[in-house]
Amino acid sequence: MFQRILTVAQQEFRIGLRNRWILLSVVILSAFSMALALLGSAPAGTLDVSRMTITVASLSSLSVYLVPLIALLLAFDAVAGEIERGTLLLIFSSPMTRSEFLIGKAVGHICVLLLALTLGYGSTALMLAATGGGDTSGFIDFARLIATSAILGFAFLSLGYIVSALVRQVTTAAAMAIGIWLVLIVLYDLALLGALVADSEGFFASSVFPFALLANPADAFRLFNLSALDANAMVGGMAGVAESLPFPPVVALASIFVFAGVAMSGAILLLKRVSP
Amino acid sequence: MNNTVLRAENVRMTFDGRDAVKDLSFELGSAERVALLGHNGAGKTTFFKMSLGFLTPTDGRIEVLSAEPGSDKARASTAFLPESVAFQRTLTGVEVLKYYAKLKGEDAKKAIGLLERVGLAEAGRRRVGTYSKGMRQRLGLAQALIGTPKLVLLDEPTSGLDPISRQNFYDLVTEISGNGATVLLSSHALTEMEARTDRILIMSKGKLVANDTLDHLRTAARLPIRLKVKSKEEPAEQLANRLGGTPVNCRSVEIMCAHEDKIARIAAVTSLGAMIEDIDVHLPTLDDVYKHFSEKADLEDSAGEA
Repeated sequence: MFQRILTVAQQEFRIGLRNRWILLSVVILSAFSMALALLGSAPAGTLDVSRMTITVASLSSLSVYLVPLIALLLAFDAVAGEIERGTLLLIFSSPMTRSEFLIGKAVGHICVLLLALTLGYGSTALMLAATGGGDTSGFIDFARLIATSAILGFAFLSLGYIVSALVRQVTTAAAMAIGIWLVLIVLYDLALLGALVADSEGFFASSVFPFALLANPADAFRLFNLSALDANAMVGGMAGVAESLPFPPVVALASIFVFAGVAMSGAILLLKRVSP
Repeated sequence: MNNTVLRAENVRMTFDGRDAVKDLSFELGSAERVALLGHNGAGKTTFFKMSLGFLTPTDGRIEVLSAEPGSDKARASTAFLPESVAFQRTLTGVEVLKYYAKLKGEDAKKAIGLLERVGLAEAGRRRVGTYSKGMRQRLGLAQALIGTPKLVLLDEPTSGLDPISRQNFYDLVTEISGNGATVLLSSHALTEMEARTDRILIMSKGKLVANDTLDHLRTAARLPIRLKVKSKEEPAEQLANRLGGTPVNCRSVEIMCAHEDKIARIAAVTSLGAMIEDIDVHLPTLDDVYKHFSEKADLEDSAGEA
């Protein structure tokens, strides 16, 4: 069983390297993060927080946009693509089970993401350290950012698998993946903002809004990362929110895990109904 | 000892109220080479998917090595090559083969040897994207040969192959069955497998309309044998008068005769001795036999509906 999961994971990782997915992600992540580090860490001197910490705060927002996108793009092909190529027939005529297959894919894709994040964000961290902006807590902040980004990626990978197992056409799966990104990353926050503006003191702001943030892994991710930074009061627009939440920030982290777990189980259940 | 490798019993499969497969019953013994013939949409691929456990028959049952299709036992000894399979273009042949070997729990290094058997030893290090259609198909076959499958299901394995690759392909099939595996292959490219299969199943509109050796099917179809006799000097009309049959050009006569009359007719021809320059015997081809059986089934169908 582990052998087969590992085999699928290795193959996904190899494909990721081969078709330059990893390279592309690394280039995008490092380009954006270096730009943010160079431009966005300017106020560090006046605020008396380390440049690394303040950069991690900007990068958390970057992750919210890029990591779900990369994850969805990695995942949409997982089932529909194998159906279209006819390889799913081969795979499931071997002793491999459906859950082994999807878990293997997820492990491989998470490794792809982790490598891209480590290289992309790591290069920025090293650059900051080399220019004298590094300290131990800054490196810890970076490590936390990379690890939580991978968890966020897992949540969106699972959503991508759901889409991929629901439709048989790769192009439809791709379109739906982009749609999910648009709704959860862009429109969701806009809607929350709108509702908050309309009802800034009432029931929504106090009782619905915090849980609406928890329900979306992207918002939960931002919430956790910003509140985890020591300097949150100074760097995060959402930091104020973190303090007035009716739950500790670690609940946000847990909620990403729960989201990913539920979505992944859903994807496996859907895959079990797929006739390759 | 029970050596039935695949058994289908009154299998019926319905999609949206339409029967894709109905009343399908047959058995495959060990080390048999069997061809499953039928038009597009005759139900061949549906049958393969049922044999692999991807589809559950609406009625009836299929057994693979006395086990449920898709069960661990059945999957462990079944190999399959789908009709059209496109391996990851960015991976090499060796990487693809190792992957499937590991999924099947077989020795990946040993599987690499299969590339040589299908003539891809050198191409194995190249990416699949650079392969020709024949090479991709052979890679697919190599994949199906990993381990020691007892049942090898090949869905249209020779479609799109040139005659030489096709010959090589059937050589491999013979080799596989020589090693004790039962091979069931579907096709609508018919003639090239005459000498290559032990038994032929013909499906038409989801029904099994024939199940026998080619020789028996030929006899059962009672298709005429065509003798083409060429005279040395005599005009064809004269030859036709003596032998029966119809002149086809100035020196040749075509005679249609039933299977059991063949020897007598040939004897009649040879008794003319010096008059005859040449004689060709055309047995009905597999295409003719196939056409006969699928058309017969069509006729019975429309008679039943009328």
